[in-house]
Amino acid sequence: MAVELLVLVKHDCETCATLAPALDAAAAAGAPVRIMSQSDSEQTAAWARRLGLAAVPEVDEELRTSERFDPEAVPAVLLLDDGDERDRVEGLQRDRLDELFTAAGATLPHAGLPELRPGCASKTRDPDVAARLGARRARAEGRIRSRELRIGALEDPVEALHARGFTDGLPVVAPTPERVVAMLEHTTRDPQEVAGSVPPYGGEATVEKVAVNAVMAGCAGPELPIVLAAVQAACREEFALHGLVATTHPAGPLVIVSGPYAAEAGMNAAGNLLGQGNRANLTIGRALQLVVRNVGGGRPGVEDRAAHGQAGKVGAAFAERLEDSPFGGLAQDRGVPEGETGVTLLAAEAPRLVVDQLAREPDGLCASLAPALESVAHPKQRLAWDALVLLGPEHGRIFTRAGWDRLRVREELFVRTMTVARQLVRGAGGSPEGLEGRLVTDPEIAVAKFAGPERILLAHAGGDAGLFSMVFGSWVAGEAGSTPVSVSVEPWR
Amino acid sequence: MSELVILDPTAERDAAATRPLAGALHADGGARIALLDIRKPRGDVFLDELERLLSERGHKIERTAKPTFAKPAPVDLRREIAERCDAVIEALAD
Repeated sequence: MAVELLVLVKHDCETCATLAPALDAAAAAGAPVRIMSQSDSEQTAAWARRLGLAAVPEVDEELRTSERFDPEAVPAVLLLDDGDERDRVEGLQRDRLDELFTAAGATLPHAGLPELRPGCASKTRDPDVAARLGARRARAEGRIRSRELRIGALEDPVEALHARGFTDGLPVVAPTPERVVAMLEHTTRDPQEVAGSVPPYGGEATVEKVAVNAVMAGCAGPELPIVLAAVQAACREEFALHGLVATTHPAGPLVIVSGPYAAEAGMNAAGNLLGQGNRANLTIGRALQLVVRNVGGGRPGVEDRAAHGQAGKVGAAFAERLEDSPFGGLAQDRGVPEGETGVTLLAAEAPRLVVDQLAREPDGLCASLAPALESVAHPKQRLAWDALVLLGPEHGRIFTRAGWDRLRVREELFVRTMTVARQLVRGAGGSPEGLEGRLVTDPEIAVAKFAGPERILLAHAGGDAGLFSMVFGSWVAGEAGSTPVSVSVEPWR
Repeated sequence: MSELVILDPTAERDAAATRPLAGALHADGGARIALLDIRKPRGDVFLDELERLLSERGHKIERTAKPTFAKPAPVDLRREIAERCDAVIEALAD
């Protein structure tokens, strides 16, 4: 029969129960009515008995038919012509149902039927069911392709994920297909696109794999584009992630986010931004490090040979405070277009605090920052390290008032971190570390700490109060090591 | 609690597809052995001693070095070592 009335119902819907006897009677009289239940077979049979239906409705197995027609409410009566939908009524609307029955060459008995009664939400609109169906569709369409792993009913998922070696030592959120599909809603990119090839073993970080690890890290969906940009940046050759993972040095990737999307993603650029309390700051860096572990294969104590490590290797990320920054964004200074949000990755060690509560002029503040910068790695080691100065707003204001821009501050810090060679040679000050004596032709010549002013990165963030700044040292920098990388977040949104 | 399905967070690389280890080198002398300096301080001291010991046993030594300890050895260098030598000893120096 070409024309059919397909009716979707569920057992716990009173409107369905009101309409069902009339449908059942119409079907018994030969009308082309096919009733399908969204409830399971037991519930459906009990329901049919309770209502005294002549025929027990068939069950919509795995809700495949409901998913196809996707009604908001049941009962949903669909007029089908060779399987194609021509018309539909959701809820009980007697006049409209008459139209559909007439079109199908049948009559709907009116006995006991109200004129109008709203239906109930279709089972496919239940959030859990909708998520399950969404995951099933994503799998069928090839949008998610990761192998499915099963955690037994008697296993604790938290323990099982630890036992399988997927965690960084902290509990992770179980990356169910439903959660991963929901995460993927937050990027327009195809889940099978590759953000980068992740050292040390070169695993492909597809958007999907990044989303899996972002779920595990505890990310909220809007963080995903930032995590993707961070993975892209980390995998760029000049970042030298292979060496960063394998080194005995404590550095790890620090993610600095500059631009309006940071706030949209919930990041903190103000008080305690390097500490606890903000989900996005804590989970973005963690997601990147889980990608390194799970996709790249870099495991602490195995490939990762860090002698000490540091807390930031669990994950380190913060947003720049741009509304009152003396400089503008770090990523924008490094090539990300103004107006876009960018991430900058630095291979960074743990930060140290610089206290100066007395400086009110920029020269004095630079004089206070310089010794902390010189101490990176070792005061006598030169030209091998980069550094990041994270200016607190009360320090930043000193530069703003004096009209010092980024170039001026960098130049001043570059000059103030020079030291005469005789104080830097091996043995000077009693320390065997330092410059080889044979390389020093003039003991009075000033030797720079950094290979150039641009090797001192400047960012601005922190709480309103506190005459403090933070200095991060880098891992081995430049050609011989890691170069900071800035990329735009926009292509990942 | 019912069974929980999760997605594999790894790159799902096929362990069987990784290359097998080369067989052990059994040579009483006459092997060509590369000594790869990764450019860490004092790595050369360690390799000098190895060169002495291996040379005494009649092996031919090729001294090579990575451009920087911070990055993997360049592909060309790896290929050259593989083509010219029977074995390579990498000096880690931390």
